[in-house]
Amino acid sequence: MGQVTVHLWSGLRRLTDGAETVEVEADTVGEMLDALSEAHPGVKPVLDAGVSVAVNGEILNGGRHKAVSPEDEIFLMQRMKGG
Amino acid sequence: MAKDELNTFKLVGTRPDRPDGLDKVTGRARYGADFSLPGMLHAAVVRSPHAHAKIVKIDASKALALDGVKAVVTRADLPTGLTGDEWDLQENTLAGEKALYDGHAVAAVAATSKLLAEEAARLIEVEYEVLPHVIHVDDAMAEGAPVIREGAADPTVPEGLHPNVVKYMEFGRGDVEAGFAEADLVMEKSYKTEATHQGYIEPHACVGQMGSDNKGEMWVCTQGQWFIRKMSAAVLGIEASQLRVTPSEIGGGFGGKTTIFMEPLSLALSKKAGGRPVKIVMTRSEVLRATGPTASASMDVKIGMKTDGTITGARAEFRMQGGAFPGAPVDMALYCAFAGYKLENVQHIGYDVLANRPKCAAYRAPGSPMGAFAVESLVDEMCRELKLDPIEVRIKNGVQTGDRASYGPKFGSIGLKEVLEAVKDHPNLQAELGPNQGRGFAVGYWFNHNGETSVSMAIGEDGTAQVSVGTPDIGGSRASVSLMVAETLGIPYEDVRVNVVETGALGVNEPTHGSRATFATGKAAVEATQGAIKEMCRRAAAEWGIDEEAVEWADGAAQPAGPNAGKFPPMTIKEIAAKMGSTGGPISGHHESVPDGVGASFGAHVVDLEVDPETGRVTILRYLVVQDAGRAIHPSYVEGQYQGGAVQGIGWALNEEYVYDDKGRLANSVFLDYRVPVASDLPMIDTVIVEVPNPGHPFGVRGVGETGITPPLPAIANAIHDAVGVRMTHLPINPPKLLAALKAK
Repeated sequence: MGQVTVHLWSGLRRLTDGAETVEVEADTVGEMLDALSEAHPGVKPVLDAGVSVAVNGEILNGGRHKAVSPEDEIFLMQRMKGG
Repeated sequence: MAKDELNTFKLVGTRPDRPDGLDKVTGRARYGADFSLPGMLHAAVVRSPHAHAKIVKIDASKALALDGVKAVVTRADLPTGLTGDEWDLQENTLAGEKALYDGHAVAAVAATSKLLAEEAARLIEVEYEVLPHVIHVDDAMAEGAPVIREGAADPTVPEGLHPNVVKYMEFGRGDVEAGFAEADLVMEKSYKTEATHQGYIEPHACVGQMGSDNKGEMWVCTQGQWFIRKMSAAVLGIEASQLRVTPSEIGGGFGGKTTIFMEPLSLALSKKAGGRPVKIVMTRSEVLRATGPTASASMDVKIGMKTDGTITGARAEFRMQGGAFPGAPVDMALYCAFAGYKLENVQHIGYDVLANRPKCAAYRAPGSPMGAFAVESLVDEMCRELKLDPIEVRIKNGVQTGDRASYGPKFGSIGLKEVLEAVKDHPNLQAELGPNQGRGFAVGYWFNHNGETSVSMAIGEDGTAQVSVGTPDIGGSRASVSLMVAETLGIPYEDVRVNVVETGALGVNEPTHGSRATFATGKAAVEATQGAIKEMCRRAAAEWGIDEEAVEWADGAAQPAGPNAGKFPPMTIKEIAAKMGSTGGPISGHHESVPDGVGASFGAHVVDLEVDPETGRVTILRYLVVQDAGRAIHPSYVEGQYQGGAVQGIGWALNEEYVYDDKGRLANSVFLDYRVPVASDLPMIDTVIVEVPNPGHPFGVRGVGETGITPPLPAIANAIHDAVGVRMTHLPINPPKLLAALKAK
């Protein structure tokens, strides 16, 4: 698996030992989220409540199987919703 | 070559009659309250008259003694053990230990007539122990504020904050203080917006039926039948698949009908009444008291700007209450607040706070209008201070494709620059202004959304097409999907019928929300149609005895693909359909996905208005909406979305607000007192559709439904300042408030 860098929102840093970017081993969005939970269990309830993931600017919803690679720019975002 | 590059559409971009038009103008359209069944009962809901109260006892004996009363339900009839969002939904459906806001449902009763149900509801005795309450967000966060629910905060909330703070967020980049130090002008201001309701014309209504085997059916006015099914099933502890939900025609939703309020009660009452169907229709007062308005907000914004207009740093701290449950859209407000600006140094902080008000629901670009009000008001003020053109400042700082958004990721294809250039060229900007008249300008943003989508389409025996979609039509999606399918098939628009179907007919669909229906359902419908076309080409190939790869689809017919495929006359869709029973059976296509390629949309508004200095009344003189649609499939509907968004934003800016008395009771729960703009209040809203095609959609579509409500709030405040020189920082800017500001000038 490749090592991907995940940009968190900085409000999560208290749950990630101060880190605002986290590196985890993952080939898919789902593996990235699971690895994030494993590395920082405090984040798990936030992830379980629902988040969106932006990969190279595309905000994914329901994209656990989408491939990610070390070159990708990955941002964790609050769960997107609309009216 | 992408279709949008060909630009040779025959139907996309035209304005045919809307498929639901005749039904709606003749009264034939069936809305939620129009549905009836034999043996149907009618329900009434008992609601708390207190903003915050312990429920000591509920005695329904007098109600049940009435002849014709068939069932009463209280929280004791609902399952226990729910957590998280599901507990919130159940608690909002029927209060448990405490009533959390004025209008919170406490019990429901079903009887043989509506009048009898209302009489029975009055006879249900509820003993309350009134508790201290809190209404406003800053009060709810303050030390000593009544605690609405201990332990409701999620893990993001730092220690030391009031228990009413249930979510905290912080994000940004760069060095904001260094950005401010670099600026020639730094300004910081505080802003407030009040809660407003979506104001849909049709109140919530449903008919529910459920037997002792927990198999149920519901006919309901909703933006999302699968959400209704999932949420109702959770609240009642039944299997989602055992509940079949059919959506009615819908008289407006704007986000407020993406969730449940009283719908599970119809099923719970039906079960207790031996499986008889139960109808619930809310009154307007119930809609305003007990269904989700949007949040109210208290916001601080600080911006640093150079004399040439370059923004060097920006900071926003937003606090929002979304009622007695988590869910105020402070996150989306922050994401959108600076979205139009290319910033190196930016910081966002947000608090989601509980208060004794109804559970907020989504409302058209949830959160974005509040954030825009704060940021676009301050940018306007700084432009005036530095004597800069506000449009040029937006162009100078405006984001373009590939720029990094204020919230982190880089933008895909966007059209803000094109929107701003179109504004500059519009003749409204040349109109002369008189005394007490002013012009205001502001920009707005919405992400747009994709979501779970399932579409099925079938070719009829006569060569027409029927399309089954799961997204209720609140803004013209049936017409748009018809156009896209007809364009793809090469048949007339009138030969396509799009049906919004029930939960048993398709895989899961998210609601019509996030401006997603024309984008996501449309994209899925085109994919489904391509599947049917492939099958029709295969049937033609078999008929001609050639490889199916040697057949292509054009102008509504299968055709040999080039001279080497053989010489055959085109086989039309009607010819293929007429024979399909003998060539392999029905021809259909389907598509299921969470479509990628969402295209965000920027808009800019310009308003001219006049202030009456003697009364504080504001009259809108001219109003211009310019917005990027990607591609306007049916331009009339796109214009309608732009106009509708603007009108709702105008109402938010000038009149609409939830007014509470000192006991925390809503004081304006009818439309006479909760004043939404009506047609006679406003001029025709001018629109310009900018089309920067979204490469993520086969026809270039971006969602268009939500962005339009965002700019009116600041645009109007900016125009009022231009007209009379007062800066209004607290919405709504109603006549008494504006008059007071004028007198204090």
